[in-house]
Amino acid sequence: MKILVAVKRVIDYNVKVRVKADGSGVETSNVKMSMNPFDEIAVEEALRLKEAGTAEEIVAVSMGIDRCQETIRTALAMGADRGILVQTEEELEPLAVAKLLKALVERESPGLVIVGKQAIDGDHSETGQMLAAILGWPQGTFASKLEFETDSVNVTREVDGGLEIVKLKLPAVITTDLRLNEPRFASLPNIMKAKKKPMETLTPAELGVDVTPRVTVVEVVEPPKRKAGIRVESVQALVEKLRNEAKVI
Amino acid sequence: MAIYRAPIRDMQFVIHELLDAQSCFAELPGGEEASADIIDSILEEGAKLCESIVFPTNRTGDVEGCRLDDGQVRTPSGFKEAYEALCTGGWMGLACDPEYGGQGLPHTLSVFFEEMLQSSNMSLALYPGLTRGAYVAIRAHGSDEMKRTYLPKLVDGSWTGVMCLTESHAGTDLGMLRTRAVPDGDGSYRVSGTKIFISGGDQDLTENIVHLVLARLPDAPEGVKGISMFLVPKYLVNADGSLGERNTFSCGSIEHKMGIKGASTCVMNYENAVGYLIGEPHKGLQAMFSMMNHERLMVGQEGLSQAEVAYQSAADYARERIQGRALSGVKSPDQPADPIIVHPDVRRMLLTGKACNEAARALLGWVSLQVDIAERHPDAGMREHAEDLVALFTPVIKAYFTDYGNEVCNLSMQVFGGHGYISEWGMEQLVRDSRVAQIYEGANGIHALDLAGRKLSMHEGRLIKRYLKILEDFVAEHRQDKKLDEFIAPLSGAVAALEDATRWLAKARMEDPDEIGAASYDYLRLMALVSFGYMWARSAAIATGKVEGDNTGFYQAKLTTARFFMKRLLPQTTALVATLRAGSRSLMELPAESF
Ligand SMILES: Cc1cc2nc3c(=O)[nH]c(=O)nc-3n(C[C@H](O)[C@H](O)[C@H](O)COP(=O)(O)OP(=O)(O)OC[C@H]3O[C@@H](n4cnc5c(N)ncnc54)[C@H](O)[C@@H]3O)c2cc1C
Repeated sequence: MKILVAVKRVIDYNVKVRVKADGSGVETSNVKMSMNPFDEIAVEEALRLKEAGTAEEIVAVSMGIDRCQETIRTALAMGADRGILVQTEEELEPLAVAKLLKALVERESPGLVIVGKQAIDGDHSETGQMLAAILGWPQGTFASKLEFETDSVNVTREVDGGLEIVKLKLPAVITTDLRLNEPRFASLPNIMKAKKKPMETLTPAELGVDVTPRVTVVEVVEPPKRKAGIRVESVQALVEKLRNEAKVI
Repeated sequence: MAIYRAPIRDMQFVIHELLDAQSCFAELPGGEEASADIIDSILEEGAKLCESIVFPTNRTGDVEGCRLDDGQVRTPSGFKEAYEALCTGGWMGLACDPEYGGQGLPHTLSVFFEEMLQSSNMSLALYPGLTRGAYVAIRAHGSDEMKRTYLPKLVDGSWTGVMCLTESHAGTDLGMLRTRAVPDGDGSYRVSGTKIFISGGDQDLTENIVHLVLARLPDAPEGVKGISMFLVPKYLVNADGSLGERNTFSCGSIEHKMGIKGASTCVMNYENAVGYLIGEPHKGLQAMFSMMNHERLMVGQEGLSQAEVAYQSAADYARERIQGRALSGVKSPDQPADPIIVHPDVRRMLLTGKACNEAARALLGWVSLQVDIAERHPDAGMREHAEDLVALFTPVIKAYFTDYGNEVCNLSMQVFGGHGYISEWGMEQLVRDSRVAQIYEGANGIHALDLAGRKLSMHEGRLIKRYLKILEDFVAEHRQDKKLDEFIAPLSGAVAALEDATRWLAKARMEDPDEIGAASYDYLRLMALVSFGYMWARSAAIATGKVEGDNTGFYQAKLTTARFFMKRLLPQTTALVATLRAGSRSLMELPAESF
């Protein structure tokens, strides 16, 4: 089985995100960028499936500007076999990403697509679901455990009430949750091998996908500053304030 | 809590912009692998490992320390897991020979990785650091069979290496050491004696430990000319490479000490232990120097690594801690006080750390590149030139980096006020941990003597002449550049002072042997400061060309820090020249009884 894994270049989770002065978005120039943490989990799961003999090849794909190649290299250094970059300067929305992934699925015919449950920049949590829908494939979202059978997979999902197990017929789309696994660090020999692994560059036009944004960003603003706390004299005063001022109870 | 983020941007500045290391590597056989993107990946992935796996073990290691349990040393919790992560990631063999399983990358890259490792946990980093040194010594002096048996295990980290020189009565003066080795008849030897202060002499990280022990053969001449080096493994190795019998030596006790509590410091008793001669009889000290020269640069780097963590933590604290108002008027009107970073004296402490750390990183990077050239360059003249610089700078880096490193740890602790003195903040640990680096691997005073006594006179002064030539050429090249005047002018003055001191020393040594001893420490500091000045001037020359249009503030900060260095640290050279020229009399006059 071949596995397609999508990896997104996002602002590193350690970086304090700042809104651009003109309110058009967040500051990304000269900010440390890394692989979306949920996508690291996706790569790790694919690697484990390969190590277990369930999969033969892992293709890591990323979409966006040229420098997304670095993110693909990270996946290759973790152990993925080859990379595909869909290069575009356009701000990609989940639907566009899903369409691009669909086009790649048609080219590559993988038996499984694994993506993160969401990217930590946009927090959309839409791409995997949209991809499954437009492919007409089953989906196992927020996965915390995968168990493979001959032509199906049992996915343990993290849902509000606890865990839910669904059985999907392959091929399928999986989106990863935090507890699925703990991603490995790239080893030094693999970092060096990664450089020699093949990486292909395509464009949305070549894949026949229109990625023009459909949503207009009106304004991006910082969340309001937290006000300093106060000390209340008694429990009654606290209840009073919560009820009448904060209006939360 | 101390914080640590690997200074990747500054490392990239040194490697790519200051040293243009990639082009240098390309001239070395096997160096072409180290392309810019590989270098960046190594820094980034290495940083991830160090920050998230190794750094969290630093405080635990200090609190728990090592224990001796029924003859077996136990390292603090978390050490084994972190050590194994380094091994499975293949990081131990970064710059080692591919023939023995290494990655064959340039030594310079390994040095940058080691800075991160040491910053993350200096105690833990000692185990692989000494192993690297043992690898160097065995590779240079061991027999082929010895190399085949031991090197792959040291390269992948499944065994560690340690160095065993010191005895209770023989520290600096190794000529007095008493451990004996007698031939066993089958080509091996039996080693007996007691060594003290052996770092990593025993530990529970690996299944075997390779001791490199200095000892005397029965026919050995007195003094340093009668010392041989032996490989003494904890477990003997069978012909098929598997582990055999336990060798007859053991750890008698471990020391209770000021810092680096996660690194075991062992008393080792060898009782007829099986050992194998490395290199020639009576030439053990020379062979051990292969290891020690490597270790000396590494120990120097310990100073930088601890000062980096201290500086980062202090800078973070100074931006958050509010106390008092700025002398020039309120800076944070919405708060009851200003952050302490507004105070000039706090800035003095922080900038001293920043200016010294960045200069030290650049200087060590430059010298490491010389190590690579000395080892691999096809041209013999280039190799010799590089070797000269490495020999000249080894004592400077060992002694000055550890001195300033401890000082910056102290200054950074000062920035925390009383909180710096409280253990939870992690600052006092840095002061304690960094302190040992001024003592071990040869006390710093001995390195000053090595520089002023030995290195200056080697090959009729060729080493220092070559370095002075580099400095003069650099100054001449940039003298006309108006934009650089504020950096080149002070550097030029300091270079002249170094030349003057070097000449004075050459003359004084003829007149009175004590003059060298009396002047050596000041001379070493002088040379270090001039070299930091050289690195800052080089950095400034790059930054002036890139500062315009740079919205990150990186190049501006380089220029501002270079200015601070030239104005506030480099002038110490004036005082050093004065004390150095004051001569030995004021030191030697007072009779011992009057102390
Ligand atoms: C934590 C720790 C770990 C160590 N790890 C190891 C290890 O792994 N392996 C190992 O073999 N050793 C190790 N050592 C030993 C260390 O290298 C020695 O302590 C060091 O070399 C100094 O020797 P000494 O303690 O005998 O001091 P001494 O030699 O007694 O020196 C005392 C002082 O006198 C000065 N002095 C001595 N001779 C001269 C001279 N000729 N001219 C001017 N000044 C002089 C010295 O600079 C020093 O300040 C370790 C020590 C410590 C504390």
